Amino acid sequence: MARPMTETILGIETSCDETAAAVVIGGRDIRSNIIATQIDLHAEFGGVVPEIAGRAHEQHITATVAAALDEARVSAAEIDAVAATVGPGLIGSLLVGVSAAKALALVWDVPFIGVNHLEAHFEAALLEDPTLDPPLLIILVSGGHTMLVAMDATRRFQLLGRTLDDAAGEAFDKVARYLELDFPGGPVIDRLAKSGDPTAVKFPRPMLRDGLDFSFSGVKTSVINHVRANPDYDVNDIAASFQAAVVDVLVTKARRAADQIGANGICLAGGVAANSALRAAVTEAGAADGRRVLLPRLDLCTDNAAMVAASGWWRLRSSGPDKLDAGADPRLKVNFVDDLGL
Amino acid sequence: MLCLPSDGLAATHRIASALAAVVGPGDVIVLNGDLGAGKTTFTQGFAEALGVSEPVTSPTFTLVQEYVGAYRLHHLDVYRLSGPDEVQDLALDELLDDGGITIIEWGDRISTELPADRLTVSIELGEPHCPDHRRFSLEPAGESWTSRIDRLVLGLGV
Repeated sequence: MARPMTETILGIETSCDETAAAVVIGGRDIRSNIIATQIDLHAEFGGVVPEIAGRAHEQHITATVAAALDEARVSAAEIDAVAATVGPGLIGSLLVGVSAAKALALVWDVPFIGVNHLEAHFEAALLEDPTLDPPLLIILVSGGHTMLVAMDATRRFQLLGRTLDDAAGEAFDKVARYLELDFPGGPVIDRLAKSGDPTAVKFPRPMLRDGLDFSFSGVKTSVINHVRANPDYDVNDIAASFQAAVVDVLVTKARRAADQIGANGICLAGGVAANSALRAAVTEAGAADGRRVLLPRLDLCTDNAAMVAASGWWRLRSSGPDKLDAGADPRLKVNFVDDLGL
Repeated sequence: MLCLPSDGLAATHRIASALAAVVGPGDVIVLNGDLGAGKTTFTQGFAEALGVSEPVTSPTFTLVQEYVGAYRLHHLDVYRLSGPDEVQDLALDELLDDGGITIIEWGDRISTELPADRLTVSIELGEPHCPDHRRFSLEPAGESWTSRIDRLVLGLGV
């Protein structure tokens, strides 16, 4: 039975602190993309609080799914499949979305598709411009992950580089926490950095010259050491100098990786893809190297369900639906190919 | 309580290796220390000594990371949990029960949920003019840890 290329997919995402639902047609046409932001609930704790996240997902999920269908102007009868993030993430949070998706798939008698949250992030940039030809280099930068990933035309992925200690977004959050700035720390540092001098302090660029792996723990520690030794520091200069070090390493290695695989384009993905200095530096590198650059719009950088629906569409085509007894897996890994031969 | 100075990464890894030489199935190690004190760095040295070959990355966002060496190693960071009530989201009992070793960063925050027998490792940053220096304090609780600390000291030759 040939499936139409235009399946309408409802995507659901609850792996961390966002409750999100979206309707996407044919893996690229976003009809709705609803995010019930929980930042206010979390701000007072200075971080994501899993238990609170789980409870808030339960409170928001029904209204969020209803809003996604409503804004897309599709009826339940028009949904061809339901996709949900099954991992990695916090188990209590994942289960809310997975259970909702399975219940809807059962009631509507349509396929259920389990989606890997990271593979969904890889898809986010391509939602903006599906015409970009692979191979592509994807820079995934978030609170939990920092990866350089190659993608071929059949949506197979190869891991080229990764962080060996802290993720880039985590370094932003921890530096912000040390400087007693607001949560989440990334956007605050981005904002302060605009009024600071990125050359004020020369923070280290770990492992800049060799390989494609990253180490951000040392940058974080050197910021802490600098602040302890210089109590009269200028917070804007620290923010700008720290951000410059992280962006410099990310972009240098991304260019190296893109050369290595002969990438036609570079895509940013993950929450740190919203960082203005990183966006500017990747754009500049693309122009210098003659490569197209895809920067997802801001609501596709952070956790969202449009990318889950899109990834689900590809998964449905490549490996078919999942069984309704498939569970959530908080430590789900990406199914990386050892060598794409690029 | 055993206090050990470290003048840098090599010394920190020596302490972590000496600890790895005296651990056994079911052990719980709590790691305390401020941001940047080196809790994950210490765990990296510990895991390496246990024969873990993959990179040990920070569990701050993922809450739990798992590795396999001579023993299964659970690496937790409970900083983001707001109290013991939220430990159930981690399925902590199952982790403590599977014959592996559990290292918990910021573990003092959930001390009421932890077994009485455990080792607490506290890491203090050195003076600002010696950014590589750390002070390690190892505090055993329970009989098995008290005797093992003696073996650890022998292993370090201090």
